[in-house]
Amino acid sequence: MAHVDQRPGIRPRVSLSRRLDVFARFSFPASVTIVLMLLTQAPLDIVEQAALLPAVALCCVWFWSLFRPDALPPPLVFLIGVLLDLWGYLPLGVGVFTLLMVHGAALMLRGPLSRRGFGWIWIVFGGVATAAALLIWILVMLLTFRLLSPNPAIFIAMLTISIYPVLAIPFAGADRSIGNPERA
Amino acid sequence: MIRMSIQARQALARLSLPVLIVASFGLMLLGKADTLLAERARTALADGLAPIYAALATPLGQIRAAISETAVLWDMRTENDRLRAENAQLRRWQAIALALDAENQRLKASLSWIPEPDASFVTARVVAGAGGVYAKAVLLSVGPNHGIRKGEIAVDERGLVGRVTEVGVRTARVLLITDLNSRIPVILESSRAHAILIGTNGMWPRLQYWPEGVVPQEGERVVTSAEANAFPANLPIGTVHYTGSGVPDVEPAAMLQQLEVVRIFDYGLTGVAGMTAPERPTPGRH
Repeated sequence: MAHVDQRPGIRPRVSLSRRLDVFARFSFPASVTIVLMLLTQAPLDIVEQAALLPAVALCCVWFWSLFRPDALPPPLVFLIGVLLDLWGYLPLGVGVFTLLMVHGAALMLRGPLSRRGFGWIWIVFGGVATAAALLIWILVMLLTFRLLSPNPAIFIAMLTISIYPVLAIPFAGADRSIGNPERA
Repeated sequence: MIRMSIQARQALARLSLPVLIVASFGLMLLGKADTLLAERARTALADGLAPIYAALATPLGQIRAAISETAVLWDMRTENDRLRAENAQLRRWQAIALALDAENQRLKASLSWIPEPDASFVTARVVAGAGGVYAKAVLLSVGPNHGIRKGEIAVDERGLVGRVTEVGVRTARVLLITDLNSRIPVILESSRAHAILIGTNGMWPRLQYWPEGVVPQEGERVVTSAEANAFPANLPIGTVHYTGSGVPDVEPAAMLQQLEVVRIFDYGLTGVAGMTAPERPTPGRH
């Protein structure tokens, strides 16, 4: 178990069910990301549904890297990136690289953003999401060796920015309650 | 968990991000070197998830049906009037078609025409969009022992949809004619000129490489050409439509935005390299 409790005090005995509880709460960020990505692949018949997958992946990785980096370590970001590449029919490695970059940016901006409110985090994420969508576009062009219209990239960026609050507000609630290993 | 000193663990944690970024470049190279790798991984993933998509399809379909039901009830009267008019027009067309068909049969009989073999087909349900932002494709759910092979042709009730590009155990992926990688030899129906239909990832594919002296006419029908032996001749694709910038696009006849069921035809064509030879007889065909 990666979560080693070293605080002083009296706590319940470490039984199997408690270990499972801690593990479930600890793995909540990665699991919820993968489940949400899977849901975007369901036959919903929404116009431009394909853009939802990168948008959801970017929002989730940004949020959890910012608020719970211990529960979303780089290897898990790598795995989520591989799923993004496979489900999104991107050339292998494009989603992986982009999500690792978003993860790195979140870790770097963690300090300054920790003192700011939701609005600031959203504005900064707007910049990060735009950069990520452009990065995907450029990498796809480089790897397929072909010029592509920038419109899908702009659409992904706008979609990502606009669905961020829809995901971040429930995530913030979950982070304090069911996703918190300290409450196991 | 392996026991390590705190310093070693911290160093490892700090190193993992750069190492994985380098690994992602390695993955890009690997994807370029072995294109089949990604294809196989995707097919395996889709095979695993196909039952989930199929299970989700029923409730989602009910919700969609309820929504469209209200819309239909709303303007049933005008829709009825429109359908009556269209029905009358179609009856006239049917009479013409029957007369032409009879004449065609007579002419073929007098010419000792060699009839083309009937193509066998299987029908499959579209379970999910299998395209990304930079690819246009759909995923079909097919039973085991389906006998579908790469390169077979997908058609809905109105026209050409695309071609099978990947086949798994329970799924098949159809690359749509709108995909960036789609190239289809076509014939413009009234001028009989050859051209190539090129996907652009947009809603409508684009016509290119028609011969000099021929101009695709607005509203002209576009059908497949048997050239290169990749498609049978005369499958309907769509109609020519000029965009604002004066480029002839083709409005597909098939409803590519809302595909539900497609037929996969096996014309026994071998025109495209990389198609695998049949290894076993194909059960379940009509």
